[in-house]
Amino acid sequence: MSGATETVRAAAAEWLARRDRGDWSEADQAALDAWLSESWSHTVAYWRLDAAWNRADRLGALRQQKNESAAPRRAPVWPLMFRTAAALVLVAVLAVAGAQMLHKQPGITRSYSTAIGGRETVSFADGSKIELNTNTAIRARMTTAEREIWLTRGEAYFVVKHDPAHPFVVYAAGRRITDLGTNFLVRRDASTLEVALVKGSVRVGAAHGASRLLKPGDVAVASAESMVITKKTPHELADELSWQRGVLVFDNAPLAEVAAELNRYNRQKLVIADSGAAKLAVVGTFRTDDVEGFTDIVRAVFKLRVRNEGDRIVISR
Amino acid sequence: MGETPETARESADISHRSAVIAAPGLHDWFVREVLPLEAQLMQYLRRTGRNKSDIDDLLQDIYVRVCEAAQKQRPHPVKPFVFAVARNLLVDRARREHIVSIEAVEDLDALNIAMDAPGPDQSVMAREELRRVQAALDRLPPRARQAVLLRKVDGLSWREIASRMGITEKTVNHHITDAMRALADMLYGEPPGNKP
Repeated sequence: MSGATETVRAAAAEWLARRDRGDWSEADQAALDAWLSESWSHTVAYWRLDAAWNRADRLGALRQQKNESAAPRRAPVWPLMFRTAAALVLVAVLAVAGAQMLHKQPGITRSYSTAIGGRETVSFADGSKIELNTNTAIRARMTTAEREIWLTRGEAYFVVKHDPAHPFVVYAAGRRITDLGTNFLVRRDASTLEVALVKGSVRVGAAHGASRLLKPGDVAVASAESMVITKKTPHELADELSWQRGVLVFDNAPLAEVAAELNRYNRQKLVIADSGAAKLAVVGTFRTDDVEGFTDIVRAVFKLRVRNEGDRIVISR
Repeated sequence: MGETPETARESADISHRSAVIAAPGLHDWFVREVLPLEAQLMQYLRRTGRNKSDIDDLLQDIYVRVCEAAQKQRPHPVKPFVFAVARNLLVDRARREHIVSIEAVEDLDALNIAMDAPGPDQSVMAREELRRVQAALDRLPPRARQAVLLRKVDGLSWREIASRMGITEKTVNHHITDAMRALADMLYGEPPGNKP
């Protein structure tokens, strides 16, 4: 028994170092996942080292100071104590600035949300932008050392200013999406999480451990238990993002799905009261806020009955 | 003949059960709620008079048991649960090995670990955290420290670190892995503000 932990920790450090070194391939990740899944002992040893190594990212604050002083990229390494002092001054300045902002905004974590039918773009000081779709809520923690977003509800499109020293991480539904230079979409529903990559690359993982690298066009759909990755054409991806223009584009989608999508944007909910009608294929572009226009078409094209009941609209044969 | 399929199925079941796939959120929970307790756990474990290697094993076993339990249901509050796991583990060991008297294990109260008090401040201010990491860094061996600084502050690749320090990438690996392990021991295993 004695010394077993020594061996496991040494192995965990080798994995973590291998990952830190770069050139991390799918095969590497698969091998790490396999090693982690061998035992809890492996898993906790790796988590512990990884957490400590991430904490050392705080040292990046020292770098921030260096950049702001406009020092040449290849400047000689400053004496450690000087850099520490400089960084502490910077942090102190930030703390004062932060304290002044506290009057308006408690804590460094900020929340943004949209109501049903709403759409809003949040811009951050680092140049990153997040566009929130209908009925969406995020929390953002953007500090000098970390950029973290929690998608607590809904759907958002991320345009991330890549900075290797300050990873941009999105947490949603127990998953972790790490930006590697990127435009991507994250959407969470009651039971699934979808990540669609438009540009660059992102890594989507469970809370930790198992993760997959997405390439542009990849769409990952994850439940608590599993994750499936499919490929979409640029055309399909554009349709997926059409809400940014205030419209929804459908190409052979069942009527039930179209209704469910429109319901995300409107308080008045569409109800398809006929299983046959629910399967009818819909092709077309609809405004997210124009339920009436949609029902007019349904009535005219599919010859369905549309009954307005106030908070809901029932569609039947 | 009749035994073979039976045996095969059994071993398949076992391997299925033993494949560890952490539940969603477990990693974050572990890092946020459990790791900050390590300094106090270490203090507790050291009182058993066991050697460093034994203590590391015990700590590791505590983490494994806590995660196995939390995989099914997150304990709440966390701290008393973790210490109960620690205590039970020590009792088990003491019974089995006849090394440590059970009484020595029992006096949790003597340690004065307040179970109701919040753990170490989870929202440590950025500058305190930086200072803490900096203090840990200062205690690394000089070459390992330099490698970490080049990596984390200057953002150099391993290849660049190797050429800057005039060493091979293999030696960089050696410094980095040493640093990772030492940083974990210092940042989690020691109370904040610990001086060498």
